[in-house]
Amino acid sequence: MAEGLPVLTADTGTDAGSDPGSGRVAARVRGLTKRFGERTVLDGVDLTIERGEFVALLGRSGSGKSTLLRALAGLDRDTGGELAVDGTVSVAFQEPRLVPWKRVWANVALGLRTDRPRADAERALGEVGLTERGGAWPLTLSGGEAQRASLARALVREPGLLLLDEPFSALDALTRITMHRLVLDLWEKHGPGLLLVTHDVDEALLLADRVLVLDEGRIAHESRVNLPRPRHRDHPDLIGLRSTLLTTLGVTPEGTA
Amino acid sequence: MRVPRQALARLASPVVVLAVWQIVSAAGLVSERTVPAPSTIADTALELFRDGTLVEAILTSVQRAGAGFLAGAVAGVGLALIAGLSRLGEHAVDPIMQMLRALPLFGLIPLFILWFGIGEAPKVALVALGVAFPLYLNTFAGIRGVDGKLAEVAHVLRLSRIGLVFHIVLPGALPQALVGLRQSLGLAWLALIVAEQINASSGLGFMINNAREFLRTDIVVLGLIVYAALGLLTDAIVRLLERRALTWRKGFLS
Repeated sequence: MAEGLPVLTADTGTDAGSDPGSGRVAARVRGLTKRFGERTVLDGVDLTIERGEFVALLGRSGSGKSTLLRALAGLDRDTGGELAVDGTVSVAFQEPRLVPWKRVWANVALGLRTDRPRADAERALGEVGLTERGGAWPLTLSGGEAQRASLARALVREPGLLLLDEPFSALDALTRITMHRLVLDLWEKHGPGLLLVTHDVDEALLLADRVLVLDEGRIAHESRVNLPRPRHRDHPDLIGLRSTLLTTLGVTPEGTA
Repeated sequence: MRVPRQALARLASPVVVLAVWQIVSAAGLVSERTVPAPSTIADTALELFRDGTLVEAILTSVQRAGAGFLAGAVAGVGLALIAGLSRLGEHAVDPIMQMLRALPLFGLIPLFILWFGIGEAPKVALVALGVAFPLYLNTFAGIRGVDGKLAEVAHVLRLSRIGLVFHIVLPGALPQALVGLRQSLGLAWLALIVAEQINASSGLGFMINNAREFLRTDIVVLGLIVYAALGLLTDAIVRLLERRALTWRKGFLS
């Protein structure tokens, strides 16, 4: 099924030059393909994400965007093409996927190989504003709290590449705004290469340095957004870009405004 | 401390039944040989407790149930781990367990008597077999029912295989395994009662059978009450265990 052997390197040995914008590559994908039986889900995707770069990946459902994220996360090794990742990869999933029988801090510390995992976990919880909830059971958290705990669990590993799989889609509108700010703060502070998979065009425009559209397994569109943050959704540059993106996604802008 | 009104309300009907039973017996409407009065049973209990018969019978039966339960639990949970944690183990263990499960437990008694004679061994074996299957089936189902998404989390967090088993798989299987534990304890007492009916020279079953020979209905009823109390006791222990082990579940939090 695979067209070639996937090359997966996880070089955790060197940490020099990981500061944002240094031009160090967090992830490089060349000609990535993935088939489910007859169906080609990824059809030769090329993608490079630098450390400190915020990339948003848009696509309709079934466009292969989740498959690409899963390949980058190492959850799907049955792919063709080349895939190389530098440093630790962390993922925050659409559902927070906290382990329900471990208290919040233990979720964050799970699998952490540091000298003081609990202290590190609690510090990470502090960064996402969840200091008070460290001792709580995950099932008692609100949706937003659970997603913040999931972010803490991803960030405490100091990832070179942070993958966010539609992490805000199940949250209410107000919580989502708070979460956008939080993710930007954390990304600026820790400086990982960040790939946000989303189907929300505005979310991509407000947050990302670079916006990609995946369609039928290929990168169909790529734009840079060189505006300072925080951005306003009615900035003239964004209005133009929004309609371009919506058209690429197959939506007429007038019908969805 | 104020006794909750609900608890009082639930106590009322059993108390009324006991009172009516006592009155009916005392009035001679039902013969002592059919159903003895509650007071007669209480007297008998006290008498058998004082001469040591009751305590000895209970200890003998509890020992049988305990030994059988332990053997059955080790076998059931052990096989469930083998079958649940690897495909090879599943292919090796599960078909045999599914076939054996179809055998009627109490239909095996003649075979067990042929194999083990009429001593302690066939009784313990019957209890063990009754315990092993519900524990095996539920623990196996529990292991396989663990959310695959959490296994992905473990992979992303770079947990080792052992870490995956101890942090994700086993705690995830625990609720279902505890359901199995309750079922198997129920079956353990049932198997013990049946085994003790057939041949016993000691224990609660012997006490009951012996009493039947002498038409001591009061001792028969007392024996039944003791069986029921033992069943309730082990069930309460499991429920306590569940409350302790499953505090993380929403339903147990309040």
